[in-house]
Amino acid sequence: MSGLRVRRVGPVVSVQDLGRPGYLSRGVAQGGVADTTALYEGAALLGQSPALAALEMGGMGGEFEALTPLRIALTGAPMVASIDGAALTWNSSCRLEVGQVLSIGAARKGVYGYLHVGGGFDSDEHLGARSVHMAAGLGQPVQTGEVLKVGADLDGETGLVLAAEPRFEGGEVRIVESFQSALFSPETRLRLGETEFRRGQRANRMGVELTCDGPPFQAENQLNILSEVITPGDVQMTGDGKPFVLLRECQTTGGYPRIGTVLPCDLPKVAQAPAGSDLKLKWVTLEEGLEANRRYEVELKALPRSCQPMVRNPAGLPDLLSYQLVGGVVSAFADPFEKES
Amino acid sequence: MSIEPARPDDFPVIRTVGLSGMLVTFADRLTEAANRATLAFRSVVEHSLVEGVIETSTSLASVYVRFDPSLVSHSTIQGWLEGLLTKQNWYGADLPEGRRLWRVPTVYGTDLAPQLAEAADAAGMSEAQAIDNLSATRVRVLTIGFGPGQPYLGTLDEMWDLPRQTGLTPQVPAGALVLAIRQLVLFSITTPTGWRHVGQTGFKLFQPGAAQPFALTAGDELQFDPVSKPDFLRLRDSDPDFGGATAQDILT
Repeated sequence: MSGLRVRRVGPVVSVQDLGRPGYLSRGVAQGGVADTTALYEGAALLGQSPALAALEMGGMGGEFEALTPLRIALTGAPMVASIDGAALTWNSSCRLEVGQVLSIGAARKGVYGYLHVGGGFDSDEHLGARSVHMAAGLGQPVQTGEVLKVGADLDGETGLVLAAEPRFEGGEVRIVESFQSALFSPETRLRLGETEFRRGQRANRMGVELTCDGPPFQAENQLNILSEVITPGDVQMTGDGKPFVLLRECQTTGGYPRIGTVLPCDLPKVAQAPAGSDLKLKWVTLEEGLEANRRYEVELKALPRSCQPMVRNPAGLPDLLSYQLVGGVVSAFADPFEKES
Repeated sequence: MSIEPARPDDFPVIRTVGLSGMLVTFADRLTEAANRATLAFRSVVEHSLVEGVIETSTSLASVYVRFDPSLVSHSTIQGWLEGLLTKQNWYGADLPEGRRLWRVPTVYGTDLAPQLAEAADAAGMSEAQAIDNLSATRVRVLTIGFGPGQPYLGTLDEMWDLPRQTGLTPQVPAGALVLAIRQLVLFSITTPTGWRHVGQTGFKLFQPGAAQPFALTAGDELQFDPVSKPDFLRLRDSDPDFGGATAQDILT
């Protein structure tokens, strides 16, 4: 059987794919990866479909032993990673041979890291998708000792690297008005767009808390509003006027009013914002939002063409003269704030 | 002969939901006519889908249409929905066919449902009066949402028009019967809530591995029959999926 044995694993690690649309009327949210961009990046690095499932690792990864030769790729929040002690470059693909141990530690920035395998993880489907949806009782987080089955790999290249869209330190995200925005006064809506928020301590795959100084964001007659449909990205105010940005594993309906909706293309940045990082909500029109999201979808489709052969650190190469060192390759993964080791 | 139910002023209304949805709302408060309109309108929407629609769902008084804006424009969706709205007086529509009545053994109050006393007090009743009133009321599944297969149920008598709590109860278990704004919700999952926990049942509304994973459909009716805590525990053990809940067809 093709797969990986889990020797050690963080507490919030689960198999995720693009989710299960079509069950909204049954009360089941689409769910799926918290960082959609990362799923497409992993698929591009392995030259396979973004519909295949990956391992989502919240805050920290684990130790995985290859039971068969595998191609792997790492995307999303950069984590400390190595194979049998040799450091790995994040946002790249490589091979994992039988018996080799892949170690993935804590996130250096961001929240959710992703481990992709050639052929995708072949876990059981629940209501037509492999995405674990813990709040709905669909599937379980990954446990120590488990063997993660891997689907048939078409095989292909490794040693590719991709420039990650920066989204791991908070920042500005765009928001459009939605059907309940008018429940909030124009002044309250304006103030939302001018407020410097920080990501609060309360966050999971359902949503993240925003904190700020200043008064709460109250709607008119907030406690008696009819329960209405919730969509991922909705900025919901709890009873005491605290904003939460809801993510893809949110509930399907709820009674707390939503002041607006974060664009789907900016939602990975919210999910990946570490606790305490700055976040700002910028109002855009529906037309601006549609255009931004259209461009994002074009960029996702273009990711496979953006993959580059990896630039290696010459100090780590045993036979330097045998390598072709001159070429049109850009260092797509270098972090300017970190010293070369 | 029946009187045509009135359309509330300014409704129905069509509004956008985020970047890729539209919502048809029949009222800004829950009424029998608005909920009937919602259930009937969604059924017609589902039978005349246009390309680019991904899925539809209902809330208490609204129909939601999710679509892919790269395949179909907002104006096309709006025009399609406006056209369907003119087809009939949706506020006078019939309830769906094939509905069922569920009788669900329920323990009211005790440590299993610790907010009965508080809710009864807010409604101006003793606990005994509250149990009598709630267990005598046959409620309808107005919509499914928030959790898998989880019903919003109504409508309760006027005195149960209690606002939600300002704070969240950190966790109520699956099977919890909670109350606010003249409605009950029977939780299908363990979850935090702003509603008051007045009863506990052993009814699993969502059974992921089963051939029929979802027990309830919008339009079904439920009655929550009072049982003692020992009887409740016994039913939960002997019938772990349904907790003694039974269903029969509603004949129309």
